[in-house]
Amino acid sequence: MAVKAAAPASTAVGRRVGIGRKTLELILLYTLLVVIAMIILLPLAWMFVTSIKPKNELFTRDPQWWPNNPTLDNYQAILNNPTTPIFTWFINSFVIAAITTVLVLAIDALAAYAYARLEFAGRDKLFALLLATLFLPGLMFVVPNFLTINALGLLNSFPGAILPGLGGVFGVFFLRQFFQTIPKELEEAAFIDGANTFQTFSKIVLPLTKPALATLGIITFLASWNDFLWPLLILKDRAIQTLPVGLRSLQGAYTSEYGLMMAGAVIAAVPVLVIYILSQRFIVASAISSGVKG
Amino acid sequence: MARIVPQREGGATAISMPATRKKRVFTLTPYLFILPHLTLFALFFGYPFFSGLYVSLHQYNYLRPEANKFIGLDNYINLFTPGTNQFRNFWNSMGNTVQFVIYSVPVLIVIPLLLAVLLNSKVKFVNVFRAIYFAPWVLSVAVTSLIWWWIFQSQGGLINSYLRVVGIDPPRWLATLPSAWVAIVVATVWWTMGFNMIILLAALQDIAKDLYEAATVDGATKIQMFFRITIPMLQPVLVFIITISIIASFNLFGQPFFMTQGGPVQGSGDRGTEPVMYQIYREGFERNNQGSASAMSFVVAVIMVIISYVNFRVFRQRD
Repeated sequence: MAVKAAAPASTAVGRRVGIGRKTLELILLYTLLVVIAMIILLPLAWMFVTSIKPKNELFTRDPQWWPNNPTLDNYQAILNNPTTPIFTWFINSFVIAAITTVLVLAIDALAAYAYARLEFAGRDKLFALLLATLFLPGLMFVVPNFLTINALGLLNSFPGAILPGLGGVFGVFFLRQFFQTIPKELEEAAFIDGANTFQTFSKIVLPLTKPALATLGIITFLASWNDFLWPLLILKDRAIQTLPVGLRSLQGAYTSEYGLMMAGAVIAAVPVLVIYILSQRFIVASAISSGVKG
Repeated sequence: MARIVPQREGGATAISMPATRKKRVFTLTPYLFILPHLTLFALFFGYPFFSGLYVSLHQYNYLRPEANKFIGLDNYINLFTPGTNQFRNFWNSMGNTVQFVIYSVPVLIVIPLLLAVLLNSKVKFVNVFRAIYFAPWVLSVAVTSLIWWWIFQSQGGLINSYLRVVGIDPPRWLATLPSAWVAIVVATVWWTMGFNMIILLAALQDIAKDLYEAATVDGATKIQMFFRITIPMLQPVLVFIITISIIASFNLFGQPFFMTQGGPVQGSGDRGTEPVMYQIYREGFERNNQGSASAMSFVVAVIMVIISYVNFRVFRQRD
């Protein structure tokens, strides 16, 4: 479609030399785009290829982009090793990310609706206070939150890994913007029909905000799945660690077993890459909207 | 922004005041809506602000609470007294962090800007390329760092294999300086450049096309248009991107944690790629000195807030 749009630019005057030059420019552009894409994808390809290499093909003189004897031994080795319970880590990551996502959506949607639409004393001041913490560096909360989780007896537990993230402000800020764009008449009509505030919120407003909820849900899931420092501090027992933390154990448990480590990396990477391919639009849109917030 | 109030008697919210008096009505409902979030916010974003300050004024170890004691500003004084371990470790890691910011931020601006300009072309399949360029951003720091740790290995690592093929005697990337920084910067740029690129691309698409058309009529070259139109129009977004990139780079932790473990250790005992977040982690959770780690966190936080503030002042002035 876009190529056609560019065509009128080569007017009759420039046609004799112009078309040749345009085509050349286009070829150059595509070559550049493809080369950059390959450079960006190479590390992922190398991760995957390494994960299916037998150990004796890891250290070849020339890099080999396909093993002579492709094998799933690396995957079997880490899956069947009790010191690197990668399947358990996968489940832990999934459970923590899923619970976090559901709770963030529920808690943030309720709060965002109140800040967007309901009237109460101190509402705008309170919201400004929440927003201000978006500009505070996250690292100042790490030590005190660790001590809080310890005081609550939640070290080494899923709630300890999940709870602090639920107080975050980004989701409230993000959803509030969308709630504000919904025409008030819809809610007023619902009230006239006898719906209470919660019914209006859940039956009228939420269904209209599905794309925003989906976007927030996807980035919350990804962020939780990928989170590293917090679960590293909280989840000490191997059996309840998440994949990113487990990958560190995997790295520490073996030396020079790069095939095993890349198999672990593939297992951690594939779910997010699949989510990304399926919901690329939402993720890119959320990146833009989170960037525009400043 | 008026609260929506049932218009007829006996509404389900039990509020049946005349519309003119609706602002006088107190109702619990809004507070119930914000309660779950506000409770968690207060516990994990409000309270730690104060408990962090409290802890930073103590000799504090959560594993030996009986030995915790108030020591006033000693944790802060240590950070500013040459000769103490805290002083050496903290400022070494601070220096490393500043180095990393200086190495990474320019690259994290220039490369995404060039990619965004490329992707702003009106040709087929740009969306596919945009998706590919952005893809590494969705990976975890653990996966990213493991991949590049393997690629930069001296033995069997992809880069050194190719360098040997070309006949270059390769460095031991992760075990020497400054090459360890090169490895960490490359991994970081690969991982995060897509985010900056997407924001710059959105800003590029907002620049009015007639500016370029007018410049073309006046005989401007593409290079001239880039520096005289594109860059000035992008300036507010560029300042914003620079600010968030500086802050993100200040929070560096996972990449050296996986790739170098903070090393290589220098002759002086200083660790070559240990950034300040890593130092806080070690002070707080390896040496179990949470008081001192809290003090470090506050000093770093103050520095980061000042940097953001200065940047946004610049942003406002030029806007």
